[in-house]
Amino acid sequence: MKYILSFVLNGQPVDVLAEPTDTLLDVLREKLRVMSPKRGCDEGDCGACTVLLNGEPVRSCLTLALSVAGQEVMTVEGLSKNGKLHPLQRAFHEHYAAQCGFCTPGMILAAKALLDKNPHPTREEIVEAISGNLCRCGTYQEVLEAVQAVARGEYAEVKE
Amino acid sequence: MKKRGIGISCNTHPAGLKGGGDPSQALIRVKLDGTLDLVIGAVDIGQGCKTILRQIAAEELSVPLEAITLSNFDTDIGLMCTGTFASRVTFIDGNAVIRAARDLKDKIKRFVGSQLGVEPEQLEMADNRVFVRDNPEKGMSMAAIGAAANWGGAILVGTGAFTPGAGQDFDPETGKMTAIASLAFGACVAEVEVDTETGVVDVLKLVQVYEIGRAINPLLCKGQINGGSMMGISFALTENLFPYYPAVDFAPETFSDYILTTAADMPKEMIYDIVEVPHPNGPYGAKGFSEMTASAAPPAILSAIHDAIGVWITDYPATPEVILRALEAKSTS
Amino acid sequence: MTEYVGKPIPRYDGIGHVTGRTTFVDDIHLPGMLYIKVLLSPVHKGIIRHLDVSAAERMPGVAGVITAKDVPGKNAYGLIPDQPVFTPEHIRYKGERIAAVAAVDEDTAMEALEKIKLEIEEQTPVFDPFEAMQPDAPLVRPEGNVWVFNSGTTRKIRLGDVEEGFKQADYIIEGTYTNSTNDHAPMEPQVSVAYIDETDRLAIHTVSQDLYFHLGMLSAIFNLPMNKIRYIGGTVGGGFGAKNDIHCDHVAGLMALKIRKPVKYRLTRHEEMLYTTKRGPWTFEFKDGVKKDGRIVARKVRTIHDTGAYSGMGPYVVDKNAILVAGPFAIPNIWIDGICVYTNKPPASSMRGFGIINGTSAEQLQMNRIAEAIGMDPWEIRFINAWRDGDIGATQFTVVAAGLIEAMKRAAELAGVELPERLKAMSSRGR
Repeated sequence: MKYILSFVLNGQPVDVLAEPTDTLLDVLREKLRVMSPKRGCDEGDCGACTVLLNGEPVRSCLTLALSVAGQEVMTVEGLSKNGKLHPLQRAFHEHYAAQCGFCTPGMILAAKALLDKNPHPTREEIVEAISGNLCRCGTYQEVLEAVQAVARGEYAEVKE
Repeated sequence: MKKRGIGISCNTHPAGLKGGGDPSQALIRVKLDGTLDLVIGAVDIGQGCKTILRQIAAEELSVPLEAITLSNFDTDIGLMCTGTFASRVTFIDGNAVIRAARDLKDKIKRFVGSQLGVEPEQLEMADNRVFVRDNPEKGMSMAAIGAAANWGGAILVGTGAFTPGAGQDFDPETGKMTAIASLAFGACVAEVEVDTETGVVDVLKLVQVYEIGRAINPLLCKGQINGGSMMGISFALTENLFPYYPAVDFAPETFSDYILTTAADMPKEMIYDIVEVPHPNGPYGAKGFSEMTASAAPPAILSAIHDAIGVWITDYPATPEVILRALEAKSTS
Repeated sequence: MTEYVGKPIPRYDGIGHVTGRTTFVDDIHLPGMLYIKVLLSPVHKGIIRHLDVSAAERMPGVAGVITAKDVPGKNAYGLIPDQPVFTPEHIRYKGERIAAVAAVDEDTAMEALEKIKLEIEEQTPVFDPFEAMQPDAPLVRPEGNVWVFNSGTTRKIRLGDVEEGFKQADYIIEGTYTNSTNDHAPMEPQVSVAYIDETDRLAIHTVSQDLYFHLGMLSAIFNLPMNKIRYIGGTVGGGFGAKNDIHCDHVAGLMALKIRKPVKYRLTRHEEMLYTTKRGPWTFEFKDGVKKDGRIVARKVRTIHDTGAYSGMGPYVVDKNAILVAGPFAIPNIWIDGICVYTNKPPASSMRGFGIINGTSAEQLQMNRIAEAIGMDPWEIRFINAWRDGDIGATQFTVVAAGLIEAMKRAAELAGVELPERLKAMSSRGR
């Protein structure tokens, strides 16, 4: 049995057919072909599939797709505006906070959710916010430095 | 009770296969507008070879970094590379790129020499152009060279290959094998806090210094050091696929039970530096080093645990269970 | 002066990473693509007595089933090609591949696996390498459980005369150390996409760390010349050695060749953690002869590496470990015996640090225990014994561009350790 699932993806309304057993990750990757959320473990451990649901970071592999009906989902595809990178994207790039890049979209969104609520977090708050996102290349130190740089205002949003 | 301790270690790591004999190739061609395509065979597994091999090519050819694209995407076009392993790509592919760049430089100079009617030996290559050494006004930009060569029916391609000398002198009785591409070195100081109630070890501080010949890209080297440390911490403290080895029961199946280091487990103080003793055969003196960044911390951490609680843990990883059992054995002995 | 070398330049592909545009193999989707699941051995050791895939083949949604019979070339791969793509008969570890199904989706493929009739005569496995070395141990492999090097059942290194060295020593210090089995755990799981391309060739999108190394193996498995395989890769979501071994490309390639449709084969995290190649465990037995002044005059090491059910990179890693297990120190008398043992576990292979991390983890603990035993500062014993230019390593290589002393001096400085002047005065440029 398939249902029409309607939600807002990166600011745009989308309609997609989904089964009750589909996860949000399934729908994003396999149906909508939004590929930045990664399937790292498919059981909520690694954080590579992190997306923002109404601004909160969630594991899309643990989120049933039909449960997001009518809500707002954001992936890294929705971060840059008019080709301008988001401050976190620039900071991650310049601080070498991405090595292989597989965990990076999830890591950036975890950081964004933090900064949106708490623009000047402490080291401990940043660490806590990203500690659910595994990175086997070990970019944690660089991620921390990148988020701190954004929090200090070094990557002020480019005015359009 | 929480007890603190300090431990040290040092290490070395070679680049490339034991005994050598692991080649890589590189090719660079000039496009119609004078931009360049660098073709390699090495895979970027996150370590950053796509970045540093372009740096080496741009340096050799005195062209802007942005002028160089890099391809490594398939075996139709991509060149022979033994593989991305054994900390070999910077050293071996780096040398192959240098050779390809120097070959291309020679060919460009010969081409420009024929265009300008001068001997190639009189030409210099700098600032994205080729010019007469004694008369720098006279020359051609890379854009002009690219157009003149490609539209003129010529092709400007430089190729290079490199393999560390294969060990021909292997002796099974003594193990003699003298070929070794490069040796990098490291030193580490770890400070830990051991909770004697729970057995949990917190790594508070890692000080690491690596002697790597030459840091082609210090930013990427920093990433290797921090990343390797992360892997070293869980090697020392948590990672064990068979916790009851040699029995295979209760093997972890998920990241809930096979415990990797997270951001929260990283030391608050990560202090590092790079020391450079250039290797005579390394590209710009560089040695291979990325793997060894995982090796230095584990013995320093276990030695710091000894300093803290007075017991030598000799079986990795030093999980809370191992620590508590060791403390119990110590108190009963 | 250099313009680019030595500069902290961000990644070439960094913008791709931070925008999510970097394409990994699991991001590739082809029209009509089918999904593969593989029947893995449920037992650690046994013999396949009966295998019938016909019910799976007949299932709606299934496009094809392959087994060992569908390997046109050599049903063996690896650095030393001894591991079958699909085992035809002997099962040597739990998780060994038996058959693969391609279906419209992974759920259907899993259902089809249930329909495969498999009878295995289970045998007694051996997991402990020390037990496996005993003469009456169950055989993991017909040729015996201990790998035979060209030097015999041990990889030997002999420098100087270790027994003579022990006689000169004031202290003899022994220690045994072990390492566990580690999973590489790259965040990108093992995956492969294969199809027949517009030139009627087999195209494979791979996570291989070593395109040419694996192209050779695949060419032998498929019985195809290298130019009939378009092997596409170069961007990998973390490897750490896990992707030095083929885990999916052979299966996906064989399936695409048989059914001539695009296929994707990806491992779940469970499959990857339990059944792929590992960093195998080690035991190190050290015996060192040390003088009162801290000079190590003799070092004897026996290493035992558990390589699992196939050679993987086991013999190679034993060899590489042996070369450097004595550490970065000028020791005149070195004796090393490296042993590589088969057990009924997933094959051991390469992982970041490849044998050296294991050796270092043991050898550096041993150094600190020596320092404790002879009452010397752990920095001092390292400085005294550290390689200088021109020193000779265990396998008689000459040390060039030594930098250990320089690294240690700087580390001590950064750690706030005040080294004695006599150590600060030392240099790798001479003793």
